[in-house]
Amino acid sequence: MMGWNSHRWLFPILVVAGAFLVFVLRATMNDYILSIVCFAGINIILAVSLNLTNGFTGLFSLGHPAFMAVGGYVAAILTFPEARKAMLLPALPYWLAAQQWSLLPALILGGLSATLAAFLVGFPVLRLKGHYLAVATLGFLIILQVLIINMESYTRGPLGLNGLPMITNLWWVYLWVVITVYVCWKIKHSSLGRSMLAIREDEMAAECLGVSLAGTRIMAFALGAFFAGVAGGLWAHLVTAITPTSFSVVMAFNLVVMVVVGGSGSITGAAFAAVMLTLVAEFLRPLEENLEAYGISEIIVAIGLLLILIFRPQGIFGSQEPGFLMKPEQRPLNSK
Amino acid sequence: MDGYIAQQLVNGLILGSMYALVAIGFTMIYGIIRLINFAHGDIVMIGAFMTLGLVISGKISFPVIILLVFIAGAFMGTLIERVAFRPMRGAPQVTGFITSLAISILLQNLGILLLTAQPRNFFCPDYLQTIYRLGPVSLRAIDLGIVVTAVVLMVFLGLLVRFTRLGMAMRATAENLNVARLMGININHTIMLAFAIGSGLAGVAGMMWGGKYGQIDPLLGFVPGLKAFVAAVIGGVGSIPGAMLGGYLLGFGEVLFVGLLPPIYSSYRDAFVFITLILILLVLPNGLLGGKTEEKA
Repeated sequence: MMGWNSHRWLFPILVVAGAFLVFVLRATMNDYILSIVCFAGINIILAVSLNLTNGFTGLFSLGHPAFMAVGGYVAAILTFPEARKAMLLPALPYWLAAQQWSLLPALILGGLSATLAAFLVGFPVLRLKGHYLAVATLGFLIILQVLIINMESYTRGPLGLNGLPMITNLWWVYLWVVITVYVCWKIKHSSLGRSMLAIREDEMAAECLGVSLAGTRIMAFALGAFFAGVAGGLWAHLVTAITPTSFSVVMAFNLVVMVVVGGSGSITGAAFAAVMLTLVAEFLRPLEENLEAYGISEIIVAIGLLLILIFRPQGIFGSQEPGFLMKPEQRPLNSK
Repeated sequence: MDGYIAQQLVNGLILGSMYALVAIGFTMIYGIIRLINFAHGDIVMIGAFMTLGLVISGKISFPVIILLVFIAGAFMGTLIERVAFRPMRGAPQVTGFITSLAISILLQNLGILLLTAQPRNFFCPDYLQTIYRLGPVSLRAIDLGIVVTAVVLMVFLGLLVRFTRLGMAMRATAENLNVARLMGININHTIMLAFAIGSGLAGVAGMMWGGKYGQIDPLLGFVPGLKAFVAAVIGGVGSIPGAMLGGYLLGFGEVLFVGLLPPIYSSYRDAFVFITLILILLVLPNGLLGGKTEEKA
């Protein structure tokens, strides 16, 4: 390796290269392809942020779609044009009905709402372990769906909100992918990240070394929820409609698949798996429609997951990141 | 009003019988290999479709259908255990949980692929549709059949677990898998048997589900599966009497929640069930009858 600090320039170079790619894609590709790329980006945000909880800290949560729903609905209500609001949501309180925000602040407020929800749910529920936590977070997802269905004056109940302004574009998605990956990367290589990994490996040992279990867990949960909320907002303004069933158990499953396939704890792995899974689903869709074999893409994904769990349970990347992205002193010794 | 409450209690009894049958399988499997088997609910779906197929295909009498559906469920359970869970035994708990989620999604989508997502009407012979009146309560013959069949099956299971060598092996394995192996118990057989019995009962519950609600589709197993899990947690996961008790308590609780509160609350039914789950997990992690103290919280 070069003597000067080549690593310092790596991240900015990658960001600029990515931006150039976005520019080229937007100039050359049609809307359909661009929307697939957007979905891939949103899935990267979701998988990388879910990795904070499920991968780094070992808290197995199925609640990510619930946080997406919180962020998505909050952002959607905020950006909804005033005129349409008066028509579709006549019972909305005046102070909300008069709002018409632009995308970025709506996304951030959506993310913060999801964080708040994560704090409220996390304090009681994060005491549970292993698969009990998984079932409790799944319960939270279902409770939230019921609440959304019943809060008709804000959400139009089971009908959902449609005709949202289509203001998510590839630049916004790219911006949030960069923020998510950067923040998670910094966390992984900070003392907070080390605490998370320590909790995953051995709770009692971590506690003995002075790691605050409750604090670290809730941080992981809330940080993951923030990005899930933002991704929910991006998703809503890309699909331009949002219903209580948009964020389902199947989505929770797909996100978990991304983390497990990529390798729990690997940011690159989660991002890679997110892109792969989006592409696989997109390629299988025409097959499904031509053969009228609905359900086949889910079957293929499920079988793929089973094979990975049996033959490579640590996932494609394990907990590692590719060596060239690491600072020289962070690289494992054998990879020099 | 008394008649109304009596009717609601009977409805709770019927719903509870089905939850209890499914919950028993959950609890047996969990008791032995500490696995939350998410695919258990989908065996309910398979049982329902199997029944429909048998009813359409010919004049098989209902007791025989029950037996065949039990066998079909047991076969599916064993197959799943052999193909998916056995290679993963000894892996972290969460891995098993993800595996069962994957199998659940696999079965649901196989159902959609082979049978389409369209709900189908469930046929019931006329003699099962006769309505009886007992004082203020009215119930169909099939409702009576559900309760009686469930109770008979549970008594059988109780006797099997309590008095046979197989039952003793199952209890020993649940107590401590490694020691049971050292005592010469064939662990693989015992685990397979737990899957077979549990899944068989779930299959029969699917038959009841179809008869009760009259329509079935490939995704119908999700809700009974989750609720049976809640029932198992209420009773204390790992305890078979607990699962029965939890099933009936949940059945009564759910029906009374909908029946006694003003109608606006009835759409909160599922939320009620899961709030109960989270509260029980936090306050009473061993459930009502779960004996062993084990780390859950």
